[in-house]
Amino acid sequence: MRRDKDRFLNILLISPSILAVFIFVYAFIGWSARVSLSKWKGLTADYTWNSINNYLELFADPRFHVDIRNTLIFTGVFVIGSILLGFLLAVMLDQGLKGEGFFRSLFLFPMAISYIVTGVVWRWLMNPAMTGSRVTGLNILFQNLGLDFLANTWYTTPTWGMASIALAAIWQMSGYTMALYLAGLRAIPQELREAAQIDGANEFQIYRHIMLPLLAPVTLSALIILGHMSLKVFDLIVAVANKQLPLDVPAIYMWQVTFDGLFYGKGAAIGIILLISVAVLIIPYIRYTLKTEAQQ
Amino acid sequence: MRTKSRLGKYWLYIPLVLMAVFYLLPMYVMLVTGFKSFEEIDLKTMWVLPKGVAFINYIEAWMKLSPSLLNSFMMVIPAALISSALGSLNGFVLAKWKFRGADVVFPFILFGMFIPYQSILIPLVQFMKAMGITGLPGLALAHVIYGIPITTLTFRNYYASLPQELLEAAKMDGADMLGIYRHILLPISLPSFVVVLIWQFTSAWNDFLFAVVLTGNEEWPITVALNNMAGSQIIAWNVQMAGSLLAALPTLLVYIFLGRYFLRGLLAGSLKG
Repeated sequence: MRRDKDRFLNILLISPSILAVFIFVYAFIGWSARVSLSKWKGLTADYTWNSINNYLELFADPRFHVDIRNTLIFTGVFVIGSILLGFLLAVMLDQGLKGEGFFRSLFLFPMAISYIVTGVVWRWLMNPAMTGSRVTGLNILFQNLGLDFLANTWYTTPTWGMASIALAAIWQMSGYTMALYLAGLRAIPQELREAAQIDGANEFQIYRHIMLPLLAPVTLSALIILGHMSLKVFDLIVAVANKQLPLDVPAIYMWQVTFDGLFYGKGAAIGIILLISVAVLIIPYIRYTLKTEAQQ
Repeated sequence: MRTKSRLGKYWLYIPLVLMAVFYLLPMYVMLVTGFKSFEEIDLKTMWVLPKGVAFINYIEAWMKLSPSLLNSFMMVIPAALISSALGSLNGFVLAKWKFRGADVVFPFILFGMFIPYQSILIPLVQFMKAMGITGLPGLALAHVIYGIPITTLTFRNYYASLPQELLEAAKMDGADMLGIYRHILLPISLPSFVVVLIWQFTSAWNDFLFAVVLTGNEEWPITVALNNMAGSQIIAWNVQMAGSLLAALPTLLVYIFLGRYFLRGLLAGSLKG
């Protein structure tokens, strides 16, 4: 009797959440997919069937090609930069130095700040002027330090301008990879390290041949989490450079084509393309994580 | 063991301090510029310390941004509280009171945490409009619902780590499901609530995308207001930097005082809690 009541109660407790997630995630995705197959352009909804034409147009659209190139550059620089820097910081902090906690907090604090604040400050730091009376930000700092060769046009550089946006993102997120690696390093039993030392391995060999392979799952997590973040990058670019074509990414294109251009069909198609790219990374990751969890 | 043989490692402070400088550069510029007077802000002297402390910038930034700071607080606090409460209930059911199909439902909830919001943005705006839930309440609702996956995950992992005997004993004593939740799990859930609350507070406070589609001029939260202020040519740099600090301060303070819990939220977000 009470078991039935409990069973009823637990369904009752969780069903509002399940229902909300079902509607706001899955029904909305379905709805978006339907919009992406329509001719909807303008303020009033129009679900006239348009087959996959919005997708075909996008893949033939030079702007979308720029978006894909920019996303690849951003992803490459951001993911590799954050993982390398995060790993190095974690290894340095793993040496048991005094002040470890202080440095750890310092490297991690940008995570607490919004991309908008980061973008507003980095926009000024990365002021593109290189010479003359307009030069400021990091460029003037480089000049004063005698490091003129480092001065560059930052986010206005053709093609590679995206890499400087990635630099701001590395500033923000490398502490996160550091935290992931530190947690991973701490989980490795001390005996392994000691055994290797007894066998005559030096510190570098220990990290290279023992720690790094054991940290492979952490690297995988970092790759997937950072990779899926870079597919979604939006706020940071808007705050650094507003919506300029050379720094265009799918999320900004989606924004402009939908809310400025009112071409809902195309905007929804971009949304769905982004979703599929994220899903390809995330779904296997969720399955893998839950499976390893079940095995433990 | 760890301290022995580490004496020769003091050179590591060199790269560590250099990295610390890298992480502090933007904060330095923000602070220094925010305290400069209008006459002092010059492209050439950007890195120079201010001559005095021009609090007037903060007053000006405060006058411009205080309505949106208030909007942010009014939206973020209920959103964080409600999604944490829901997450706790869901986590309890999914970890300790599994119904048939629970293992199928959970990954579907989890996936909601990772979706690019561009893929639901158009329906979201249409739906909210049709329901008549606009402005800040609509924004808070969006943060509650899209926050459910991570709050549920955090609590589920925590409750799953508790021994089943804890519940069995209470069942023997005749406690029903709600009684077990209220008298046994809830009292020991405080640390998880802190983790989830500050995580939700931070992400809702820092959100820009939902805010910009769901709110209008009067109801802009701080991120949207700051971005618009920074985009305007009329407002001087020192005021913009003062405004940036005001926008960053609430989450920074949370981080400074509750950093430990913040870190646990971070790790949970990568499914590694």
